Amino acid sequence: MNVPTLAELTAKGEIPEILFWVGCAGSYDDRYKRVTKAFVKILNAVGVKFAVLGTEETCTGDPARRAGNEFLFQMQAMNNIQVLNGYGIKKIVTACPHCFNTLKNEYPELGGTYEVIHHATFLQQLINEGRIKVAGGGPFKGKKITYHDSCYLGRANTIYEAPRAVLEALDADLVEMKHCRATGLCCGAGGAQMFKDAEKGKKEINLERAEEALQTGAGTIAVACPFCMTMLTDGVKAKEKEDEVRVKDLAELIAEAQGLT
Amino acid sequence: MIQQVLFIFALAFFGFVIRKRVLQLRNNVRLGKPIGKTNREPERFRNVLLVAFGQKKMFKRFIPAILHLFIYVGFLVINLEVLEFIIDGLTGTHRIFAPYLGSFYTGLINIFEFLAVAVLLACVFFLIRRNVLKLPRFWSAEMTSWPRLDANLILVTEIVLMLAILTMNAADQILQTRDEHYTITGSLYFSGFLMPLFQNAGTPALLLIERCAWWFHIIGILGFAVYITYSKHLHIFMAFLNTYYAKLEPKGHINNMPVVTNEVKSMLGLTQGVTPPAEPGRFGAKDVNDLSQANLIAAYACTECGRCTSECPANLTGKKLSPRKIMMDTRDRMEEVGHSLAKGGPGLNDGKSLLGDYITKEEINACTSCNACVESCPVLINPLEIIVELRRYVAMEESGSPPAWNAMFQNIETNFAPWKFSAADRFNWAKDA
Repeated sequence: MNVPTLAELTAKGEIPEILFWVGCAGSYDDRYKRVTKAFVKILNAVGVKFAVLGTEETCTGDPARRAGNEFLFQMQAMNNIQVLNGYGIKKIVTACPHCFNTLKNEYPELGGTYEVIHHATFLQQLINEGRIKVAGGGPFKGKKITYHDSCYLGRANTIYEAPRAVLEALDADLVEMKHCRATGLCCGAGGAQMFKDAEKGKKEINLERAEEALQTGAGTIAVACPFCMTMLTDGVKAKEKEDEVRVKDLAELIAEAQGLT
Repeated sequence: MIQQVLFIFALAFFGFVIRKRVLQLRNNVRLGKPIGKTNREPERFRNVLLVAFGQKKMFKRFIPAILHLFIYVGFLVINLEVLEFIIDGLTGTHRIFAPYLGSFYTGLINIFEFLAVAVLLACVFFLIRRNVLKLPRFWSAEMTSWPRLDANLILVTEIVLMLAILTMNAADQILQTRDEHYTITGSLYFSGFLMPLFQNAGTPALLLIERCAWWFHIIGILGFAVYITYSKHLHIFMAFLNTYYAKLEPKGHINNMPVVTNEVKSMLGLTQGVTPPAEPGRFGAKDVNDLSQANLIAAYACTECGRCTSECPANLTGKKLSPRKIMMDTRDRMEEVGHSLAKGGPGLNDGKSLLGDYITKEEINACTSCNACVESCPVLINPLEIIVELRRYVAMEESGSPPAWNAMFQNIETNFAPWKFSAADRFNWAKDA
């Protein structure tokens, strides 16, 4: 696995095609680190010239802004923008919808304007360009998969079709949940909920969503967000279905289909 | 002649009351921060045309959308007839347009009657849906006695007003056969069904019925116009304003705070070319005056349909948060402050505030910022904007966020990640591959 940092490339006088923004979950969360690696393997296999910031990357500030701490958000944003602009970054790809949303929609007002792409869209582009080929559908051919719309990709940025196109490329049998696309049901972790316990209620949101996903009878719940990954994995475990139903990121599914694991 | 004088008096009276109330509404909205100059006007007008005028978002739920459309078109078209009422009332004429329009007039009144019946049926259906079928979203916690009564009053008033039109036309048609002073309208389909009810009545009684129905309808409409300004039914006007001012950025975008930008820039030593910060005032919102005028217009545009709340994941799983209640509370607080100021009272300084006395921290903390409420609103109301402003006040002015969030803030400050991991370990994932 080849993971060049931007500092290394710059020292060699090279410019990457894209900056892969890993995000905090992609960097530290044990489960999501596997997604990060799967995506890197795809980039390596396809021959996309990319770089990561490595230790120069920091939180985009998304949870701080949503929890109301605008000072902290802007401190993070300004620092990140200084780094990104310093390297002359033009194009960013990230596997985290929260990073994606903040970098794309909220950094321009603070002086950081980039072309920002979520990995679902990027994977779809690679498939469309023929750079990723899933010959004969691979291991997912005809298998039931349901896709959980992340709020920050879906409603927040109206990206509904790219992730589905990626799953369709696997020749999978895509089944929809009761709530999907614009009426998708939140996993329960957005708006900084990931970092505290839920308020008192009669049920946890992730359990409600996991039940909907399980009702489809799909063996795989595809996600495209680290928070959704955690919440749905926990939900499936709480329903004691973790042996039958897997929660997987789009990048992992593509990597698996490509034999890159 | 007496009727004319009475009519002019009635018109002046209701005109005066409505004007007073409209000025009060304007003052209430002006409690908020000015919106400033808008941008992207073509897109804004497009929203008004498609969403408010064209009812685009209503059609996500087809049956209520069709019935709502009847009431909406009925309102627009039947008000054309009110124009005739007013001219007749002022000049003492009867059906002044009839001789000029001829058979076209007959067609027009038949369309009005069709719409009157459609409105009537839609209102009956909506009453049944609310009170007999008891749709859950009309019975949830914030739908206390007044919001429920308000909805029923509107529906009953509309039914009664439509019945008055039909009664008037039925009596009028019989009078046309007996008294040559009555302008011939041609036969009217729907009120024709009511004619047998009045056929046996004497001419003086019919005259009385026709006049009473006429007066009842026009006074009813004027009275309803006053009532609307106090009711959730104000959405019929405010929805147009609200769709104009609705946010155009992607839903995931949260408004920037330029005041904070200035401070952060000076903290980071990026002060070149930065204008000195304006008086920061308050960070975020504690009360209605900290919200923008667009937020306050939105509160008046809310008709309490509850589609937001019925889609809210926090609400669905039993948490206290209800986006509809956020809008209702904002409106109630704005009205309270406005009334107090109008009477020379303490206004905002009455010892109460939107946050705390109306909306609790428990409610705003439960929001996942998933935008389901924003997506579901038929008139582009954004409760999330208000929730974020309240959270900003709690976080930056009170440092009163939940402890786990304060810990998260601290992690970001010291480790540049929301979790307590060392910044130096951020790239370790690549090494253990």
